[in-house]
Amino acid sequence: MNKFTISGSPHVHGDESTKKVMYGVVIAMIPAVLVGVYYFGLDAVRVLLLAVAASLFFEWLIQKYLIKGPLTINDGSALVTGILVALNVPSNLPGWMVIIGALVAIGMAKMSFGGLGKNVFNPALVARVFLLVSFPVQMTSWPKPTPITDGLVDVITGPTPLGIVKEGLGNGQTMSQLSTELPSYTQDMVGNIGGSLGEVSALALILGGVYMLWRKIITWHIPVSVLATVAIFSGIFWGFDPEHYADPMFHMLTGGLMLGAIYMATDMVTSPMTKSGQLVFGFGVGLLTILIRMWGAYPEGVSFAILIMNAVVPLINKGFKPRRFGVKPGVEVKA
Amino acid sequence: MGILKTFALGGVHPEENKLSSHAAIEVLPVPKQVIVPLGQNLGAPSKAIVKKGDKVKVGQLIAEAGGFISANIHSPVSGTVLKIDPAIDSTGYRRPCVFITVEGDEWDENIDKTDTLKAEIALTPEEIVNRIKSAGIVGLGGATFPTSVKLMPPPGKTAEFLIINGVECEPYLTSDHRVMLEKGQEIMVGIQILMKALKVEKAFIGIENNKKDAITYLSELSQSYQGIEVVPLKVQYPQGGEKQLIKAVVNREVPSGKLPIEVGCVVQNVGTALAVYEAVQKNKPLIERVVTVTGKGVKKPSNFLVRIGTPVEQLIEAAEGLPENTGKVISGGPMMGKSLTSLDAPVVKGTSGILIMEKEESGRKTESPCIRCSKCTYVCPMGLEPFLLSKAAKLGKFEMAENEMIMDCIECGSCQYTCPANIPLLDYLRLGKLKVGQAIRNRNKK
Repeated sequence: MNKFTISGSPHVHGDESTKKVMYGVVIAMIPAVLVGVYYFGLDAVRVLLLAVAASLFFEWLIQKYLIKGPLTINDGSALVTGILVALNVPSNLPGWMVIIGALVAIGMAKMSFGGLGKNVFNPALVARVFLLVSFPVQMTSWPKPTPITDGLVDVITGPTPLGIVKEGLGNGQTMSQLSTELPSYTQDMVGNIGGSLGEVSALALILGGVYMLWRKIITWHIPVSVLATVAIFSGIFWGFDPEHYADPMFHMLTGGLMLGAIYMATDMVTSPMTKSGQLVFGFGVGLLTILIRMWGAYPEGVSFAILIMNAVVPLINKGFKPRRFGVKPGVEVKA
Repeated sequence: MGILKTFALGGVHPEENKLSSHAAIEVLPVPKQVIVPLGQNLGAPSKAIVKKGDKVKVGQLIAEAGGFISANIHSPVSGTVLKIDPAIDSTGYRRPCVFITVEGDEWDENIDKTDTLKAEIALTPEEIVNRIKSAGIVGLGGATFPTSVKLMPPPGKTAEFLIINGVECEPYLTSDHRVMLEKGQEIMVGIQILMKALKVEKAFIGIENNKKDAITYLSELSQSYQGIEVVPLKVQYPQGGEKQLIKAVVNREVPSGKLPIEVGCVVQNVGTALAVYEAVQKNKPLIERVVTVTGKGVKKPSNFLVRIGTPVEQLIEAAEGLPENTGKVISGGPMMGKSLTSLDAPVVKGTSGILIMEKEESGRKTESPCIRCSKCTYVCPMGLEPFLLSKAAKLGKFEMAENEMIMDCIECGSCQYTCPANIPLLDYLRLGKLKVGQAIRNRNKK
């Protein structure tokens, strides 16, 4: 008598796996990591290694001794969180703060909700905001980008473009007066500006985003709706009063917007399940970002915007369903 | 060829693996004994009208339809009825079967066994439907819905198009493909018969573009038949699903919970069209069908013309035996087929293929937590949310599952095929459908 495996259909499986998805995100972050290392040198390497090592360690520690569940340290999700934590902080952040960031991301934002797939908020962003409100000075002293090819020089800190605008406008200056202090769009694109380790180069971030789109890890809906909303709302104000509002291009290329729109808002676990819901989510992120940037206390608002929208994802999931086959919108079906 | 038509929502593209597409149909020798299950069709099982010791001829009626949605069964062989006993069939359950010991191969004298094409249709639409009904023809694509029922639209509904399903979107299977290549003329006449019965002017044959030879051949043939058009389709699973095929070919959407006739369509499989031809023109009931025997380890992937009731084991032997490292034997294709518990299970009207999987590909991958990637939602051809429905079923929230339209699930398996976390989504969906279906029936009784 033969012994056969009995199971329900389907009997074949595609080649996608959680691991492939996670390592796909890691590959997509390589350009931003390289730009960070290029402009911020060994400090960036130090922050990256610390964040990754601490994230993996805390994931292992909590699973092994607190949850006592299966170890999933190899699935790549803690690695992704670790790199994202590093990309979201200044490269000169003291090492112990980086480690606290990793603990908050993995322990508080991810594991306390039940681990992979269960968290409500993006772990790396929770870490960033936690660090920002706990260590405001260290989290806002941005090293000036110095190409690694210039050799080892003393690190000089300076403001981010968004910081220059926020402070300048607050002091009654106009955009044309500030323009001499601001970097050019080319500098914004390549990353030759002040900012967090991984947010400086729009080009590198877009490159990784295109890769994730091609690999079908993300869909275009969230990044495009975030960026479009930011462009439209900042464009309206800039159109009326270009002296007191920065132009849309400036808003899109500076600060953490690209990093947020492409890597953080698109986090599968904490974003809506349907494409229509994702558009709504992206719109909310874009709108809140502009509101905070223009009228909030902080020069940058992407992290807060995404975290606030993370909280309404369950509601969005309830309200925005996929288009059902054989159901006309607005027509009640009685099966 | 321009942009190929396909359905709008979701879909996946598993490896096609059509290993047996060049293997011409071979006639499998009549076995020594057949086991003919009484429950071969969708709906009520048939009622046996023979008893132990009865002598039967090929094509003789041995079981009558057990209700409106049921079908006659005819003896696939000549010989003596050994017993009527439960036996394990392809569902894995023990169900009543008629065992017949084969003696010679004596056919009912009313059956025309010649190969000559008979193109002229003498019967009236009513006579056609009755002939199809008495011949016990059911949908041969796998769903086994009685064909005659589909040819009698309910009052107030009329058919506008006949759509012939030559999609064969299941990986590995090639029986429909071979039938189209080798029995093209007969299929054309069969389609004309179905068109006459339904009183429609237009029929489409939907064929996926991985069967270019069948598209070319049937397109040529269709020139000499009125109102038949071949529609090449982009390769995408589950295009052979009735609702998906209608959407792809005529761009109409069958409303949720309704039948294709609601949008003026009737869908029949190419194999069914051939069976209709044989029943109406040759007076031959449904006693045999083409079955693919395939798999990566199979020495000789084949397509056999098999008598109903032949044990699966004999088909595998004819394909040069069960490979050493067999892990799973499936009746049907890899996406929707059922895994067999025993090789003694007989071929039935709905058996389109026997797929033999190697040990390494037989198991499931380890399940991990849902990462909410939503890929299951993107690939669902019915626009459902499998992650939500499976969770609802798992937690026993069947009311929620019903509101989220679980009954629209066609069990194509695209969600589970795609899931990066290897979650057995369809297992839970089936459970949910079962429970919700029971609840709906109980409600309707009150």
